[in-house]
Parts: sequence; structure tokens; C-alpha cells
Amino acid sequence: MATESQAARGEGAPSTGAIARPTGDSPWAGAGWFVVAAIVLLVVAPLLLSDFRLNLMAKFLCFAILAVGIAFAWGKGGMLVLGQGIFFGLGGYCVAMFLKLEEAGPGQLPDFMVWSGVEQLPLLWRPFQHAWFALPAAVLLPMGIAALLGALVFRQRVRGAYFAILTQALAAAFVIILVGQQQLTGGTNGLTNITAMFNLDLTNAGNQRGLYVIVACVLGGAFLLVRHLSRSRYGRLLVAVRDSEDRVRFLGYNPTTIKVIAFATSAGLAGLAGAFFVPVVGIISPTMLGIVPSIEMVIWVALGGRASLVGAVIGALVVNWAKTGLSEQFPSGWLYLEGALFIAVVAFAPKGIAGLAELWRKRAGRSEGAPGALPRSPLGRLAGFARARRGGPDRLEKEPTA
Amino acid sequence: MEIFVSQVLAGLGVASVLLLIALGLTFTFGQMNVINMAHGEFIMAGAYTTYVLQGLLGASLVGLSFLISLPVAFMVGGVLGLILERTLIRHLYGRPLDTLLVTWGVGLMLQQLARDVFGAANVQVKTPAWLDGGLTVAGVTMPWNRLFIILLVTAAVVAIWAFVNKLPNGRQMRAVMQNRPLASASGIATGRVDRRTFMIGSGLGGVAGVAITLLGSIGPTLGTSYIIDAFLVVVVGGLGQVRGAVLAAVALGLLNAFVEYASEASIAKALLLVAIVAFLQFRPQGLFVRRTRAVA
Repeated sequence: MATESQAARGEGAPSTGAIARPTGDSPWAGAGWFVVAAIVLLVVAPLLLSDFRLNLMAKFLCFAILAVGIAFAWGKGGMLVLGQGIFFGLGGYCVAMFLKLEEAGPGQLPDFMVWSGVEQLPLLWRPFQHAWFALPAAVLLPMGIAALLGALVFRQRVRGAYFAILTQALAAAFVIILVGQQQLTGGTNGLTNITAMFNLDLTNAGNQRGLYVIVACVLGGAFLLVRHLSRSRYGRLLVAVRDSEDRVRFLGYNPTTIKVIAFATSAGLAGLAGAFFVPVVGIISPTMLGIVPSIEMVIWVALGGRASLVGAVIGALVVNWAKTGLSEQFPSGWLYLEGALFIAVVAFAPKGIAGLAELWRKRAGRSEGAPGALPRSPLGRLAGFARARRGGPDRLEKEPTA
Repeated sequence: MEIFVSQVLAGLGVASVLLLIALGLTFTFGQMNVINMAHGEFIMAGAYTTYVLQGLLGASLVGLSFLISLPVAFMVGGVLGLILERTLIRHLYGRPLDTLLVTWGVGLMLQQLARDVFGAANVQVKTPAWLDGGLTVAGVTMPWNRLFIILLVTAAVVAIWAFVNKLPNGRQMRAVMQNRPLASASGIATGRVDRRTFMIGSGLGGVAGVAITLLGSIGPTLGTSYIIDAFLVVVVGGLGQVRGAVLAAVALGLLNAFVEYASEASIAKALLLVAIVAFLQFRPQGLFVRRTRAVA
């Protein structure tokens, strides 16, 4: 099986010479850690955590799914996506619309529509009566929109800062529309009081625990999928586009397609995260999707290490647990800390926790020395300020100037 | 016809505020490739400067304190920008996306600082008596405060144009913007030019804050609502182009006013973005492109 899949990936074939997989990088690398993480999440956490904390954990695991997507688009593909709230929201609203209609029963209107005097189910809502439409749409709709937008802007080589600002503006507009079209979307309140799914009571602790397990498994699946993608031939091309888009174009590849796939994948994962977020938390509202939450999502990944998928998961969990713990005690202190975190991580440790772990591994004398690994440790970067000032580009940080 | 004129004037009002902010960004983004998200907080600092000066000078001197706050806010914004440049941004040249994230963090902290100092609630800044009322021409009333902002922006554009095109400092700035290594080799202290550019750009943000106090109450998150639109103006106008920023701001302001009139605010916002994405299909680098032979 393993040899067959290796052959399918064209291992050692001359055509892949330029982007060959580094030696010692087997598909099973890190499998032990994956099993440990699975045991911690699926066995230890449910045993140790109270119902309330486990529900929080489920919410943070949804965020981790989204973070994996950001790490793929930003870390591997170099596209800073500042509008993931849109896709998270689209996924969430798709599922929430279905659940509100399910709750209301056939032919009935969701509660907030009754309050705002709507008498007939709006056309936009009609398809969401059916689970077979609403649930796939939660993932496919974000992917489709991202693919369309990506195709339009990447084709014209809009990239770097321009792309980041554009996604941010889209997030702002998305929230304005959600708030403005109150009779369709529930306005500022969003869609609230979601308590049941497929006739299962979501407030029931047992069902919540079951949901937690499902979310953890979905995260595992998403992680493996993206890991497989980034280790494939395609993943190597994506990194190549990040580092030198023009060179890839000159080699005969189409960077637009490569980037669109990565952007759409990250959007799909954000939609998936939103889809699970709704049953876990029971509410979706515009305040969770705007510019501020969208950029917060990026800081999770930055803290974990932007090019590391494991780092993204860890970052999402660490930041959110810290936020919950600290903002309960010092509400204003958290914002200072969050700001400081942004500054410290991005400016001084751009490879985040994953970079520190790499440094620690090297210290322990077990350096893998993989040729494809990113050079320079985060502390090396600290020392490398002088070089950065003189304009010496670091491989990780080099961005095409638009 | 009256409706048309009043929509044009409303659009110009929006455009002038956006332009004042975008001018500052044109400097920092255009020349130094720094995406300064904390620019929004410099605007907020400028607005609070007006508020503080008004408190210090008392209610009888509202007009005077407003005029004084224009240069003071410029200095407040400029000094904040200088500190930011010296402490953080100079470490991040060549990493535009990272400057975006870092300055966002700075903005978060400044917002929280404003919240702790001035309170989370919005505060009201009094408009000088001589800006009350409006000018009525042919049945259309244009409020004086809007006209004042348009005047202020016009003055700022003229001053910047003169600075960039006529003064030696401005020439150095253009040289660094066009070709940094060559400018450096010609004996221009690029570091000093960077600092000056960043200070002027940030100072303009402070002035924009003073202008915004004329439009309504001010709060700690004042800047966030303007900053994204202002960046869009820069993107549409083209990097580092004053004329591009002017044209883009006017176009976006007018478009916004008319679509908003024809439909509603939330739809207008979305259509504006669709228009921008469509526009970038034709001119991916904005209205005016800096000619370069670099593989971009």
C-alpha cells in the first residue's frame, strides 16, 4: 500500500526532481505524536474536563480546524487571509438556517422572522429546509466563493498586501450586510437559541460530549487532509509559489490555479469549522465574523508558527484558553496582552511555537537536518535584526512587493 | 437636480475625510511599503487631542482650541508615528504583511489605552460656533463643517503636492520611493527620509482625527471604521500616488453616496467592493502605476 502510494506520487521520478521530497520525510513521520494527541483529546480531556469546559474545548477545536486552513493558505501559500470570518460565517449561517427551520417545523417561520413581521419564507431560505442542501453548502459555498474571488484577483496578480486588505474589506462588508438585512439574517443578534439538531437535544450534556468527539475527529481528518496536501507535489508547488511566484510561472506552472486551490481549501475548512461551531455553541452572530475576529484568527496561527499545521492547532487552543482564563479575571488586561502577543510573535518570533520547538529539538542534538526545512531559528532572527534592516530577505519573510 | 447636487456634496464630504486619511497612508504604504493599521489609532489620538484641548481651554474658546488642535494633533500623530517607526517598524522593512499584523497589535493596545484613559463611551466634541449652520445655494444647503473639511483637505493636498514636487526634502522622498538602493548610493540618508515620511504620514492621520470630530462623537474605536476604506482608496489609487488617492477618494465617495441613495447603506458597501474587485481586473495596480522594470 505504502509503496503503491509512493509510486503514485512519482517518488524519484525525474520530472519531480526540482521539487523532490526531502529525504527522511516519510508519510508516517510524527504518527506517534498524532496518536498521543488523539488519546489526549478523545480520552483524557473528556475524563478530566467538566461539561462546561469540554464544551469550550469543542468550540476551540472548531477554531483549530479553521486555523489549519489559515496555516495552509498563509504559511504554505503566502496568502495572508484576513477575511476568514466570512467563510466561517457562511458555514455557520448555512447550518444555523437549517437548524432554525428544523426547529420551527415544516411550513413555519423561524422565531426572529415572526418578530420582525415576515410572513413568507424568503426565497434565500427555501433550500435550507433540506439537510442534504444545507450541510454540504456549509463547506461548498465558502469554497465556491473563495475560488471565484481567488480566480479573479490572483489572475490579475493582485497579491501580498493588496490581497490582505481586500479580504479584510470583504469581511467588513459581509458583517455590514448581515447586520443590515435583519429580516433575512437576524441582524446584530444573529441566529440564536439553537438547541436541537436532527431531534437531538444539544443542551443535553451527553449529546454535547458526543459532539465534542465528532469535532475532535473532524479536526483530525482536516489535519491529515491538509498535511497530505502540503506534502504532495502540489504542496511543494504551493511553497514554491510563496517563495517565488514568477519563477514558478516561468517554469510553466500556473500560479493562479495553485493559489486558488489553497485559498478555496482554507475557505472550505473555515466553513467546516463554522458548521460545527453552531451546534456546539448554539449561536452565530456578526460579532464573531468581522474584521477584528478575522484578524484574531490569524494571530492564533502566528503564535503556533505560521508554516506549521501542528503549530496552528496548538496556537488556536493556547490563545483561546488564555483568552478565556485571562479575560474572566482581567477584562482590560487581555487586550493589552493580545496586542503585545501580536507584536512579540510577529516581529520577534515569526515562526512561533513551532519555531521554538524546532530550536529545542536542535539543542537536544537530534537535528533532522532536512534540506527542505526552513532555515534560521526564531532566536536566530532576534540576532538577525541587523541583517533584516539591511534588507537581507529571510526565506520565510520574503514577500513579493506588489 | 437638487437631489443630485446634494448627493454630490454628500459624496464629496465622505471623500474628503477618506482622502485625508488615505493621504497619510499613501506616504507610509506607498513609500515604505508599511501597512500601518495603527494609523486608525493615530486618527483617534488626533480626535482626542481636540477633546482634551477643548477641556483645557474651556467652553468659551471652542473656536480657538479647535484651530490650535490642528497643528497639535499633527504633532501628536507624528510623534506617535515616529515612536512606532523607531521601535518596531524599522525591524520589519521588506515584510509588509508582518507590519500589518504588528501595527494591528499596536492599534489594539492604543485602543485599550484610550478606553482606560477616556472611558469606553463616546465623547462629544463641541463644534466651533462659526461652523454651525450652512451655506444655501440654489436651494441646496451645505453644512459649514463639511465645507470646512473639504477646504482643509484641499489645503492638505496642495501642501503635500508642493512638498513632494517642489521642495528638496520631497525630491529625496520621491527618489527613495522610486529606487531605494540608487537613492542611497547617491548620498540620500534613506533612514532619515523614512522617518520624516512616516512622521508626516502619521501627522496627517492626527489632522484627520480633528476633522472627524466635526462629524460626530468620538470613541476609542473611531479609527477602525475608517481605516479599511482608506486603504481601499490607496489600493484603487495606486501606490504612493497623490493624484491617484485624490481621484480614487472622490470616485469612491460619490459612488458610495449615489448607491446608498438608490438602495441602502449595507448594499452600497457590498456593491462598492464588487466595483473595486471589478476595477482591479482592469488595473490591478491601481489608477496610476509607478513605471518600473522590476518583475512585480
